[in-house]
Amino acid sequence: MKVLGISGSLRRDSHNTKLLRTVGEMFEAAGVEFEIYPDLKLVPPYDEDDDVDQAPAAAAQLRAAVAGADAVFFSTPEYNSSIPGQLKNAIDWLSRPKSESVLLNKPVAVIGASTGMFGAVWAQAELRKTLAASGARVVEGEVAVGHAHTRFDDSDRLSDPDLSDQVAAVVQTLIGEAAPRRTARAAA
Amino acid sequence: MSTTELQAVPAGTWAADKVHSDIAFAIDYMAGTFSGSFSDFDAGLTDGVLRGSARVASVQVKDPNLTAHLQAPDFFDAERHPELTFESKNLRRDGNQLTVDGEITIKGHTEPVVITGTISDPINDPYGGERFGLKLETKVDRTKFGIDWNNPLPNGEPALSNEVKLIAELQLSKQS
Repeated sequence: MKVLGISGSLRRDSHNTKLLRTVGEMFEAAGVEFEIYPDLKLVPPYDEDDDVDQAPAAAAQLRAAVAGADAVFFSTPEYNSSIPGQLKNAIDWLSRPKSESVLLNKPVAVIGASTGMFGAVWAQAELRKTLAASGARVVEGEVAVGHAHTRFDDSDRLSDPDLSDQVAAVVQTLIGEAAPRRTARAAA
Repeated sequence: MSTTELQAVPAGTWAADKVHSDIAFAIDYMAGTFSGSFSDFDAGLTDGVLRGSARVASVQVKDPNLTAHLQAPDFFDAERHPELTFESKNLRRDGNQLTVDGEITIKGHTEPVVITGTISDPINDPYGGERFGLKLETKVDRTKFGIDWNNPLPNGEPALSNEVKLIAELQLSKQS
């Protein structure tokens, strides 16, 4: 099984990207391949005029990465009480054309981190809504890593055991959602 | 007027003439009604039991984006639950009025339902066959079937009603 991680934050020292590295270790411990998508920043602004047979390379690459994954694990910060623009833009590319969207029926999980006390809960809610409207199979489970700048150790691993347990539960839920689909596809 | 079950519907096996039959739904949305239908369905009456099924993939609405969204887990979840089904348990007739007790299954949830409408007596059609008509309606609470999607209006009220009207207009032709 292969899971793609997408961080809603582009900056090098992003707390959400660090969180996804912890997530990745949990997946790998469960025998699941995990990769953080490296090129979100390259995806151009969604423009229907550009969304033709040959979509821009960075958008096509993103679509292919999601199509090739059994599940997608998102971690998002919160900008102005909502989803970061580049993450929403990526979902807009992924969601079209609606009837062939690579997100349709794709198992996805959403968690988030912010330096404020609420851990990006509003952005997470909006991201879940957007993913569900795009046809994704959004699993239950929310992890809000508030005060994110205090939650990682010197190795950039999540240091709070309660939060780690919550993240591990979401990882297991996503594996549980994705495994039967993978089996069904292999049998088809 | 007799309401005995034996007289409620014609005996034998009857199948829906799909060209002249419709399975549809209507739901209050904002200030009006949102309607749709299923183009691929089966319906029939066999020995007094009315059965029907509709393929979620064939749902038809006027917005292609919504057509795709209706297939998704937010709504019917076609991947896991490709069909809606109905089976009657009891039919009662009073004149041309028909009441059907049965069970409807949507998105893997089965709920009892009472359907009402009209029935016409069999006629001979121009093709040498026999047919009769049913016009049936019921209302269900979509949230009982795990279809909870909504969107708030600016006043905080939900845009989409929970109550959905289901409509079946069937011409059933006798099977040899």
